Amino acid sequence: MKTSDQTLNEILTLAATHFKVPREELTPDDDFFKTLKIDSLQALDLLTRLEHHFNIELPDYELQGVSDFRTLASRIQARL
Amino acid sequence: MLTLDQYHSLGAALRDALDRFANETCLIESDRERERTRLTYSDFKELALPLARAFEDEDFAPGDRAAVIMTNQSKWLISAYAIFHCGGVLVPLDYKLSASEQLQLLAHSKSKFLIIEYYLWRALRQAPEFKNHKLQKVLLTEAPLGAELGQATRWEEFRRKGDPLFVARKREDVACIVYSSGTGGRPKGCVLTHENYLEQCKALTAWYPFWPGVRYLSILPTNHAIDFMVGFIGPFVCGACVVHLRTLRPEFVRDAFVRYRITYMSLVPMVLKNLERGLKAKFDELPRAKRFLLDRMIALNRFFTRWRPDVRLSRMLLPQVHKAFGGELRALFTGGAFMEPSTLQFFYDLGIPVANGYGLTEAGTALTLNDFKPFRADTVGKPLPGVELRVLNPDADGIGEVAAHSKTVMSHYLDDPQLTAETIVDAWLLTGDLGRFDLTGHLQLFGRKKNMIVTQGGKNIYPEDIENTFDGLPMKEYCVVAANYIWPAKALGDENLILVLHLEPGHEITDILTHDIESRNRRLPDYKRVNGYVVWEKDFPRTASMKIKRADLAQEISRTLGRAAVVELYPAQVKQEV
Repeated sequence: MKTSDQTLNEILTLAATHFKVPREELTPDDDFFKTLKIDSLQALDLLTRLEHHFNIELPDYELQGVSDFRTLASRIQARL
Repeated sequence: MLTLDQYHSLGAALRDALDRFANETCLIESDRERERTRLTYSDFKELALPLARAFEDEDFAPGDRAAVIMTNQSKWLISAYAIFHCGGVLVPLDYKLSASEQLQLLAHSKSKFLIIEYYLWRALRQAPEFKNHKLQKVLLTEAPLGAELGQATRWEEFRRKGDPLFVARKREDVACIVYSSGTGGRPKGCVLTHENYLEQCKALTAWYPFWPGVRYLSILPTNHAIDFMVGFIGPFVCGACVVHLRTLRPEFVRDAFVRYRITYMSLVPMVLKNLERGLKAKFDELPRAKRFLLDRMIALNRFFTRWRPDVRLSRMLLPQVHKAFGGELRALFTGGAFMEPSTLQFFYDLGIPVANGYGLTEAGTALTLNDFKPFRADTVGKPLPGVELRVLNPDADGIGEVAAHSKTVMSHYLDDPQLTAETIVDAWLLTGDLGRFDLTGHLQLFGRKKNMIVTQGGKNIYPEDIENTFDGLPMKEYCVVAANYIWPAKALGDENLILVLHLEPGHEITDILTHDIESRNRRLPDYKRVNGYVVWEKDFPRTASMKIKRADLAQEISRTLGRAAVVELYPAQVKQEV
């Protein structure tokens, strides 16, 4: 079982790689829409990649109202 | 399709459709690759009537209001029909609003019943305003086994045996209360009658008919006027099928086109742009020879369809493109927000016409629509049958406020006679949008007279609704306005909100103040955030009751300052809508 910090770190690394942003520029409390310069459809795409990475299924509603990496990590951690 | 002139209510028309098309498929619900539900009209009736009977037994009387807060799914439409069967008034609320906003609108609409998805209910219960709710009955869909439901009831268990009484309604009776905006203090509940909907449906299906076998992919929220009409009422009175997806991930939407051989879909500009980007990226990956061939086929298709679309020919010339869309797609619909003509032209040239239209909740669904005779990417089409449009007080370029007269125009704003009187004058709806007609009778839009913006996702945002987020800013006074309201752009797109700041004498903008503004701004959903601010050094003009005279303020600012005076908070901001 991964710890919350591990989950958060893996999300940040995956987001940085996928959206070609330096990993060191991303912090847990960042608004990922702004930091990654993505729209809501691209955020859904990120969700799909996270599902594949963590081997879980996340309903769309889990992303509703979520805009920072830390909250996203907690939603994922709850399903691991 | 049914002959709608003979019906007095949506309930009566839908009831006949359920019998007339009993063996046709009306709904398919898919969750990713798993098909969850497939219903015929007869199955739909078997699910809806016991629900209607349970409503009746719980004292849901004709004229009572029931709100629905759900993502797109079969239970949304089944619940809506049950409400109409009982003669009730449907209040469709946006599931993307915050819990506090939803509770505010539930109170304003005086809804007696609420039908809501379990996870949305959980959020609602946590809002501070929840304790004040006056709901008499709450039905929860898909509540997990063992979940704490409080006083609520499971939707799936709320059914009674026995035929419910069908309650006839008159055409002028209220069918729905639809909120066009106004969660920040002055809710705008558009009261729409059965006549509004029946007439709108008649007009739309005259140009874009549905029939048994047609499949409409429903991805816009069903509470939105467009999907309610073309993703429910329109297909149902014609015996067509609506496909719901429980996820809006682009890969599953693309998959649904092929799997269900979709005929029509409505979408917002943001989704259409996303599709365009995806297609262009695929085209760019093609080897040079294939790309050359594709470009020639696109040019040929453009030439042969310059007067009107020819779906068969387009499918022959561009088979791979059409195969990717399932091979049966006839048209996409878009409206409500600005759509770049180049995007519309891109799809038209591929043989996928995008019917660009214009409308507002106050006018039912649509006032104008492109009829493709011929396609005009630079306009929002012609008035639909039964719709009269006028351009009021046109300037030298022929541009003025668009006013509409139609049987589809709402009855009034709920509990707001003053706003109704300002908006509907001598039976003409003042849209607040600026436009002009070209020589062929197509409407072109050039901006807004009213203080609001429409996002790429099709949402109306009124500055007054977000102003209280900035309450307590250390300054003399402030307000939020649409930038185009101060400096009319004579164009749509790139619409932004800005703060007008009137500082205390001797004060200036500091990093602390900017940080405070940004931090408050972040509490708003991104699409509601202000993009910048302008500093104003005079007192705001106010009414006797101290309300800001926004039109006067906007005029004063535009006379003194240019748009360059706006200091951007987020340069090159990307707007998102979840």
